[in-house]
Amino acid sequence: MSMIEARGLTRHFKTRTGLVEAVRGVDFHVADGELVGFLGPNGAGKTTTQRMLATLLAPTAGEATVAGRDLRRDPTGVRRAIGYVAQGGATNPSAAVDEELVVQARLYGLSADEGRRRARALRDHLDLADLGERLIKQLSGGQRRRLDIALGMIHEPRLIFLDEPSTGLDPHSRANLWGHIRGLRDRAGTTIFLTTHYLDEADALCDRILIIDHGQIVAAGTPAELKRRISGDLVTLEVGDAAAAERARALLADRDGVRDVTIHDAAVRVTVEQGDAAALVLMRALDDAGLAVASLRVAHPTLDDVFLTLTGRSLRDAEADASGASHVGPA
Amino acid sequence: MSVLRDAGTIFRYQLRLLIREPVWFVIALVQPLLYLALFAPLLDRITDTPGFPEGDAWSVFVPGLLIQLGMFGSMFVGFGLIAEVRYGVVERMRVTPASRLGLLLGRVLRDTLVLLVQAALLTAVAVAFGLRVPLVGALITVAIVGLLGVALSSLSYAAGMWLKSEDALAPLLNMVAVPAMLLSGILLPMSLAPRWLYRLSRANPFSHVVDGARAAFRGDYGTTSLLAGLISATLLAIVGLAVATRTFQRETA
Repeated sequence: MSMIEARGLTRHFKTRTGLVEAVRGVDFHVADGELVGFLGPNGAGKTTTQRMLATLLAPTAGEATVAGRDLRRDPTGVRRAIGYVAQGGATNPSAAVDEELVVQARLYGLSADEGRRRARALRDHLDLADLGERLIKQLSGGQRRRLDIALGMIHEPRLIFLDEPSTGLDPHSRANLWGHIRGLRDRAGTTIFLTTHYLDEADALCDRILIIDHGQIVAAGTPAELKRRISGDLVTLEVGDAAAAERARALLADRDGVRDVTIHDAAVRVTVEQGDAAALVLMRALDDAGLAVASLRVAHPTLDDVFLTLTGRSLRDAEADASGASHVGPA
Repeated sequence: MSVLRDAGTIFRYQLRLLIREPVWFVIALVQPLLYLALFAPLLDRITDTPGFPEGDAWSVFVPGLLIQLGMFGSMFVGFGLIAEVRYGVVERMRVTPASRLGLLLGRVLRDTLVLLVQAALLTAVAVAFGLRVPLVGALITVAIVGLLGVALSSLSYAAGMWLKSEDALAPLLNMVAVPAMLLSGILLPMSLAPRWLYRLSRANPFSHVVDGARAAFRGDYGTTSLLAGLISATLLAIVGLAVATRTFQRETA
């Protein structure tokens, strides 16, 4: 079953400098129980797309079905079925943790008692167990982030949107948060759709990634598929000297599955579909021909390589571009 | 019914947050007393001024102070909403299925309750200072203050929601508040004004509200002043709620 089905979703903003096409007709689907990441630089249209799907922003064109409800015709139905955790947090610093959780539960139509019960359960799951009475301004950044997620989960939605969940957290809190996000999906089967501009986050966390740039989806697939499809793995075999490397190149160039072979000093660098499987086969072929392999290294492409191949820019460059340009659209 | 339920949830939440701020609490209670303490000494000989309306000075000034409290007490609540927008609280609530009108009404009710407490306190202290007012008249006036609170807190929320910036809201409020107050006869009765100024003041709904409150304080329940004041306050409340509901629904569709 499809949890999100977006068809030609488009959003334009009118600004003083003219029309900005933030999202230009994106089509995608997210299956029930999937953990999908929207990867792209700031200003690529990730947040705008997510805000449309969460009923916060009306699409300029296109339509979507979210958790089985039509986004345009039944926004209240969509709201009942989803949780949304915004990027900048969503709590009043003067409120207490359980106060926010219970109000949120009440706004979803739950009783105060049920709200308190769920607040306690969520706090247990999200490492906030003893913090029910604590004021939010006294929480650490990581605790506040987990509270934001608890607020998005209080009504046990089948689908939850997380906008840049780990932005601003220290490495330890990030790793901890990733564990909790995986836990959400594994424990309750919640479908999770998150945006990120961190390659490592998309790579570590997501079943599937949609890469978005300039308001359009430029690629989709599992992290492994994307890396494989775009650049292939690089197997580097050290063979003693340049002459041996030349012989090795001739030997390997025509083999099945080998896309490209280059020589680098005394090493051959072979681009193949799947480096882990190919490495031993390649080594054995050289061995059989009497070429001793001194060292062997397999490098998998990073998502940054993928982004570079797809857009001609590295993700970091794209990021620098975006921060140089003025911010467009709602935050 | 979900409107009332959601309004009740937000009302209690907002009230708890407010009461938790001790500074605010002290200011809210001391402010009406300051008005009285700083105004009362001016009242002794003012009644001798030609054109001063009938009634003793207290029953002319206290209703004016109450209306001023109603205007200025509620006018600045939009700042709180802008802070909530910045915290992300408003957006978080927009993603819930809660009624948009409920989200607004809960806040307006909180502000109105606070105002009513302040108005009752101010009246009680004025009585202790020597004000003589019939109970019914005082209750009518406090009700008028409540209606003003509904009107102005709604409009302030609408303006805050629309502008989303303190820097824009502050000058807007000043621009509206100062002429509205000067032309209402809160500080000095408009019966002292030259003809052109008096006519101008009649176009200001707040001047009718002030006159109505003064009539209620005198116990003149049958006069057109009181009726005009009640109608003006009610219309202001209806217009304020309508504008704010529309703004909330559009900005948070």
